[in-house]
This record gives sequence, structure tokens and C-alpha cells, in this order.
Amino acid sequence: MSIDVATIRKEFPILDREIDGAPLVYLDSGNTSQKPRAVIDAMSTFLEQSYAPINRSSYRLAGEATDAYEGARTAVARLINAPSADEVVFTKNATESMNLIAQAWGRANLSAGDVVLLTEMEHHANIVPWQMLATERGVDIRYVPLTPDGQLDLTNLGQLLDGAKVFSFTAMSNVLGTIPPTAQLCRAAHDAGALAVVDACQYVPHNAADVQAWDADLVAFSSHKMCGPSGIGMLWGRAEILDAMPPFLGGGNMIDTVSLDGFTTAPVPAKFEAGTPPIAEAIGLHAAINFLEGIGLAEIRRHEMDLTRYALDALNDRFADDITIFGPDNVEIRGGVLSFTFRDLHPHDVSQVLDERNVCVRAGHHCAKPLMKTLGVVATTRASLYLYNDEADVDALVEGLAGATDIFGF
Amino acid sequence: MPGLEDLYREIILDHYRTPRNRGELDSPPAIETNGHNPLCGDEITLFLLVDDASKGDAATVSDVKIGGQGCSISQSSASMMSQAVIGKTAGEARALIRRFKSLMSIEGIELQPGDDDIALGDLEALQGVVKFPVRIKCAVLSWNTLADALDRATSEPPASG
Repeated sequence: MSIDVATIRKEFPILDREIDGAPLVYLDSGNTSQKPRAVIDAMSTFLEQSYAPINRSSYRLAGEATDAYEGARTAVARLINAPSADEVVFTKNATESMNLIAQAWGRANLSAGDVVLLTEMEHHANIVPWQMLATERGVDIRYVPLTPDGQLDLTNLGQLLDGAKVFSFTAMSNVLGTIPPTAQLCRAAHDAGALAVVDACQYVPHNAADVQAWDADLVAFSSHKMCGPSGIGMLWGRAEILDAMPPFLGGGNMIDTVSLDGFTTAPVPAKFEAGTPPIAEAIGLHAAINFLEGIGLAEIRRHEMDLTRYALDALNDRFADDITIFGPDNVEIRGGVLSFTFRDLHPHDVSQVLDERNVCVRAGHHCAKPLMKTLGVVATTRASLYLYNDEADVDALVEGLAGATDIFGF
Repeated sequence: MPGLEDLYREIILDHYRTPRNRGELDSPPAIETNGHNPLCGDEITLFLLVDDASKGDAATVSDVKIGGQGCSISQSSASMMSQAVIGKTAGEARALIRRFKSLMSIEGIELQPGDDDIALGDLEALQGVVKFPVRIKCAVLSWNTLADALDRATSEPPASG
């Protein structure tokens, strides 16, 4: 059953916003998503009625806030089919989750000569934390290369995994939209004795995620890309792995006891949640999860597959050789992310012309400079789709691009 | 919202389509300086040849060549800049940098007496960029790179040979 986009759009107040008398065409959800009324209201109501510290004070209001915060953890666990909510750690964002993995797990488990395997389509958040560790520890980083159509080239995966202690990869590329065979990659990692780390930042908002079906070890994702607020991210990990990891940030909430001589840590997840967390943001995230589940993640995915197919065909039919869209053509293995180059125009100029029509896209390297080099470009223009986008949004993109030709006269 | 015609003036598009002083110079004797914009990935390589570098601000900018990739604003700004500074003294080039960055509303520029009187010529066409604040960094990339190159050219010991 397809989703009712017209009804869904009414849930997003910002989609009523007009700039210069014309509506917004928001095609930058891969960057950050817009927020439904339910999320805005949940946060306002919580801040007006229930805000208090969590896990610290014994009065009833604090208990209510703590319950609400922990309720969000339960919702996250349900969303990704985690065996237990205690395996869900709240962080600042997915980038912090990746840094937590590299610093806490990496420093305890990696030493000189050990191999970390990444891929050439990773976001900087799944490259730089490992490079920081590589510099400090003398760890070697290898990269799985790409096929010409932007899929992982798994031909030599066994060789690349030989000696690897960890294989960390994206479940959906933020540039190409590529959805690699995550369960297969986790299995390959385990067969080689490596930890399987999944950057699911782009995947979770658009697909029914199942960390148990993946058989992953550690998974990072964020709230703001899935209709929730910014300022809160998630790390899910197998209990035994999180239990064995040393803490990342030190401070309040993450300790069991502290003396002048030292400290002992609280059990997971508190062990990784030092300081006051993003409380109202957790409540907003919970509302976002309820909102997405109410529509259905599988239905959202189906809608985005259809719309991505429509967009690929509309752009290629209209512009033929003038447009190069990167990534696989098969929407079964591609999310609603369309990075492209258009004629000889620089993405900045493309984005500027589109902005004249309120078409919001991202221009640049998308925090994936190594991938830009692989693709042989300095930057791309990226349109990214979500549940509130429809064919009219794609049509506005196409018309906007047609208008660019008139201005630059190439 | 200001119209795109404020940004994409014909002279800007002309410099973008047909960039002047594009290429490389032998380095040494030219100074090669790289600039980039980490947010958007624009890159510029600037080759600067200065005669009598030991004269400091009185040294002459005898040639400039520009390489790299970028948007219409960064490319046209670099092209116009190269035309504007060739033949000027290092001191005059620095004054023009101050004048241009001031035009771009860059904060913290300390204009010196006489800077306001510097003729901008074609560069005036870039004035519309100020109405599109996110593009200002595109327009000033080459100018910051030139400032670095001038500092190096007039402070480094002359290259041997």
C-alpha cells in the first residue's frame, strides 16, 4: 500500500512556508529532515509540563522526566529490533557515536599493525575517527573499492578482510544512495574475525532496520535525519561488546562510584552517557519514531523507491548526456539520494539557480571528499528525498535545472 | 530576494566562460600557493611572479596564473583579480585586496588612507555577491590566496637559480 503524501505533508508545518510567495521544495533530507507537528508538540509539551533532570533527583517530576527519557530508549530499540533497550546509548549525534566506537572500542582493541577496513563511499564521520586512531596507534586502514556504478566491489573482500580487526561501513551511502548487502558484509566480517560496525545514519530513517537480522556488532545513527530533533544520536551495540568497552567521556551519570583514588563505571548504557543528556530531544525523537512507525518504515521505503525511480527517469529523459547521476540505477539497492553533475555547471551555481525557485538541494562534497576523488569530481549537486516529497518536487527540480541553461548559456 | 541577475552579471559570466590568465608558471621562480574552501571543495592554485621581491611593497607583480576548479563566482573573481594586479606593486596589490574584501563586507578589514579611492573596474560587477552571503567566501577565495602568496613572495629568501 502506498503512503498518502498529501496527508503526510500537512503534518509538516514548514512545508506551508513560502519564500517570495512560492512554496518550499525541500530536497535536502539526506542532510537533515524536516519535523512533523507531533515532534514539535511533544517537545513543547514536555518542556512546558514535565521537564526535570533525569536519573538524579527523587521528586516525582524528576521521576516522570526519567521515565519519558527511558521511554525514548525503548522506542529506539523497537525501531531497529534490538534485543534490549539497555543496548541503546544516546549520544550527541551519529558522528559522536562513530567517535565513541573508534575511541572506546578502538583504543582497547587496536594496536600497531592492526587493520581497519572501511569503504571508499564512507562519510567523513566513518573515516576521520579511524584516521585519528591510525595516527596515534599505527593502525592500517584499507578501503573496499567501488564498481563504476557506485556499488561496493566485493571481488577481493576476503583479501581485504584478512587480518582486519574491524570492518566499518555505511548501510546506505549519503552520496550515491547505494544500499550494500549489510547482512552479508557483517557475516564476512565475522568470518574473518572482525567486528562489524554499521553507519546506519542514512539507512534507519528510510528503511525497516533490523540489527539482529544484520547480525551487526555496533550500529550508529541519528535523530535529526528521521524527523526527530538535532542534538541526539544513537549507538546500538551487542551487550557483551558494550560491557567490555571502556568508557568514552567521563563525568556525572557514567560512574558507579568515585573516590579521590579513582572511579568505577555504571552499567551500560549509563556508562556511555556522561553528563546531562539531550532530554527534550529524546522526547522529540520518541515522537518521531512513533510518527514513522505509524506510517510504516517499509511503506516509506516503497514510496521512496517509486519516487527515486521517477526522479532518475525524469532527469535522464529530460537531460540525457547533460546530466550524470552517480550510483546504481536499480532502486532495489539504492535509496532516495541523487548526486549529479549537470552540464559544465559547478554545483554551487546549480544550487543557486535552484534556490531562485525555492528548490533546496546540497552542493558540495557531502562530507565525502575521498568519494568525490573516486568519482573524479570536485563536488556534486545532491537532491535527497523523504516521505513528504512527491512527484511535483521532482518536477520542480527538473524545471529548475532547465532554467540553469538559460542563465549560463552553455 | 535579490534576483539572480544581480549575481550573474554578464561580465562575471564572461570571465567564467573565458577565464583570463589561466595556467601555470615555473615554480621557482614563481610562488605557488594553494587555497581551498573546505565547505564546498573549491580549489585554487595561484602562481605569482614578483620582480625584485626584496623591495617588499615596492616590488612589482609581473605575472599571475590561476589553476584549480570552482564555481562561476570563484572562477570569475580569480580571473578579474589576475588582470587587476599584474603590473601593480605588491603594496598596490595588498591595497586592492583590502578594498575588494571591504566591498565584500568582510569584517575586520582595516582600510588604509587612499584605499577607498582605488578603482575596482570590472571587479565592481561582483558587488552583487554581497546580497548572497553564502557566496561571499567563493568570491574572496582567490584574494586570500593572493594575500598568502604576496606574503611569501616578499618574505622568503630568493630562490636559488
